Amino acid sequence: MEKMNKVGQADVKTILKEYITESFLPSSGLDAFEDNDSFMEKGIIDSTGVLELLEFIEERFDIQVEDEEVVPDNLDSLIKLDSYINRKLGHAG
Amino acid sequence: MLVNEFLEQSADKYPDKIALICQDKRLSYLEIENFSNRLSNALIEGGLLKQERTAVFLEPSIEAVISVFAILKAGGVFLVINPQVKAKKVAYILNDCQVKILITDVNHLKEVSEILPSCPNLHSIILTDYESLQDQDTTNNSIKFGSYSEILEHYPSDRLPKRCIDIDLASLIYTSGSTGNPKGVMCTHFNMAAAASSIIEYLENTPEDIIIDILPLSFDYGLYQVLMAFKFGGTIVLERSFLYPFKIIDLIIKEKVTGFPIVPTIAAVLFKLKNLKKYDFSNLRYITNTAQALPPKFIEQLRKIFPASRIYSMYGLTECKRVSYLPPDEIDRRPTSVGKAMPNTEVYIVDDYGNKITEPGMIGELVVRGANVMRGYWNLPDETAKYYRPGPIPGENVLYTGDLFRMDEDGFLYFISRIDDVIKVAGERVSPKEIENVLHEIQGVNEAAVVAVADEILGQAVKAFVSLKKGSSLKEDDIIRYCSKHMENYMVPKYVEFRDELPKSSHGKIAKKGLK
Repeated sequence: MEKMNKVGQADVKTILKEYITESFLPSSGLDAFEDNDSFMEKGIIDSTGVLELLEFIEERFDIQVEDEEVVPDNLDSLIKLDSYINRKLGHAG
Repeated sequence: MLVNEFLEQSADKYPDKIALICQDKRLSYLEIENFSNRLSNALIEGGLLKQERTAVFLEPSIEAVISVFAILKAGGVFLVINPQVKAKKVAYILNDCQVKILITDVNHLKEVSEILPSCPNLHSIILTDYESLQDQDTTNNSIKFGSYSEILEHYPSDRLPKRCIDIDLASLIYTSGSTGNPKGVMCTHFNMAAAASSIIEYLENTPEDIIIDILPLSFDYGLYQVLMAFKFGGTIVLERSFLYPFKIIDLIIKEKVTGFPIVPTIAAVLFKLKNLKKYDFSNLRYITNTAQALPPKFIEQLRKIFPASRIYSMYGLTECKRVSYLPPDEIDRRPTSVGKAMPNTEVYIVDDYGNKITEPGMIGELVVRGANVMRGYWNLPDETAKYYRPGPIPGENVLYTGDLFRMDEDGFLYFISRIDDVIKVAGERVSPKEIENVLHEIQGVNEAAVVAVADEILGQAVKAFVSLKKGSSLKEDDIIRYCSKHMENYMVPKYVEFRDELPKSSHGKIAKKGLK
C-alpha cells in the first residue's frame, strides 16, 4: 500500500512550518519564528521535541533519517530542514 | 586547595596541553589561565570585593568557563544562572545574593533588560559580544557596560596573589526546593575541592581523560565536569546541548572521548538513533549517570552500544554535590542500587525520630557526613537548619537529604522517593509550588495543582491540573504559552488537564493523591 501521495517541493516548507508552529511554538515562549532561526538557540525545540520532529518527518515525507543525518546542519532551522528533506526526496535544488 | 588552583596548577604543569574544546576552538591550559587572569584583573579594577557575588548568564561556552575561574581568582563567589531562566527569576536570584557584576551576552541581556532597574546592587555588566550591542540595549544608564573581548586584549595576564582561604565561598549553586523560590547552596572552596577529589578518586581519572560535557554549567553535574577535569589536568569537550544526538556521537569518536556523563534522558535520546552499534567507542572508558536512576533496561542497552565502557550509577544532590556511587562491577548484581558512600564520605539512614536504622530493608531518610557537605542556603537560616543539622562532632553539620532510602544486607543504597513533592524532569529539580505560582498568575485560573507523571524519556513529566474561574475560556495552549514565557522550558507542563474543581482534603487543601 502506498503510504501517501508524493509531496511537492514547495509543500515541504509549508508542512514543516505548520507542524513546528503547532507542536513546538506554544511551549517555546515565542509568538513566531523566522525561517532561519536556530531551533537550538531560540529554544524552539528541546531534545524530546527533536525526537518527535524526526518521527514526524519520517512518516509525513516517507523518508529514512540516518543516524549521521541527525546533526544541526540538517535540522536546526526551517531552511535547513526544508533543504534537507528536499534533498532526501530527490528534489533538485 | 582553592578551586581556582585546579586551573593554576594544571596550567603550571601542562601549559600547552589542550584543556577545553568547544565549537571547533581548542584552548590550552595556559591560554585559559591567561584569559581568566586578564578578566580577574578587570573585575578587581571594576570594584569587585572579596566574596562578592558575580553571575554568569551564558550558554556553556569558553567564555563561561573563563568567567568562572576569573571570578574565583578575583576572590569573588560565582554563580552560573541557567541560560533558560526567565527575567523574573533572574531578578530574584540577582537580588537574593546581591550580584554586583553580571557576565552575559546581548541575547540574554535582551531577555532580562526589563528587570535590570529592579536590581539595585547590579552595577556593571560585561558582555561577551559587546560589539553587537545596539544603543537601545543600554538605556539603563546606572549600569556600566564592559566588553569582554577588550578586557581580554588589554588587561594584564599576571596571576593575582591569592585572595581567599579555603573556607571562603567559591560558588552559590541555585536549586529548586519545595518552597517555590530557588535556593542558593553555599559551596566553599574546601567543600568543592573535597567533592571533586572524592569523585576523581573513584572514577580513577588521569590527565589522559577527555570528558564530553553536554550538561548545563548551572547544574552542579555539568559544572563539576569542568572543575574536575581542570583539577586532574584532563581535557573537556564542551557542547551546548544534546539536541542533535549524532553530533555528540561524532564528537565522542573524533575527539577520542574517555568519559561521558549522562542523565537517563540523554540515554533515552541516544537510543532513538538506529545503528549505534556499528561505531567504535573503544576509547570511551566510562559513562556516569546521576540525577535520576537509570532503568535496568537502559543499562542493558548502554552495555550493547558501549561494550568497552564501565557504567557508574551515582547519587547526589546539590547540597553536598555527590553522595554515593555503585562500583561498575556491581551493576549487574544490583542494577537499581546507587552504591555506597563515595571516598571520604559517610552515610546513614534515620527513622522519623532521627534514630539510625541498621536493619537492612527498612526505609528512612538518608543523612550525609563529609567535607562535601556544603555550608547551607544563602540567606535562608530556617531552610538551612532544616537540612543541615548538628552531627556527631560538636560544631559539625550533617546533611539531611530529604530523600528516602533503604540499604540491602551488604550496605548498598537504594533510592525510594523524595520526602517533599519535588519532581525530577530530565534530571532537573522542579518545584511544583513554583509552577503552581505561575499558573495562579494566569487570569481565569481558579485552582492549580502540579504533579509528576512517569515519562519514558524525561523520567518524570510535569502535569498540571487546573480549574477555571466562571466564564473563562482558557485552553491548554494558552496555559502552556503563558508558562513557557515565565519559566524554564523543562518546567513547562507537558500535560494540562482541566477539572471543574480540584479534590480537597478534609482541611480544604488540594489533595494531590487523587490527581494523576
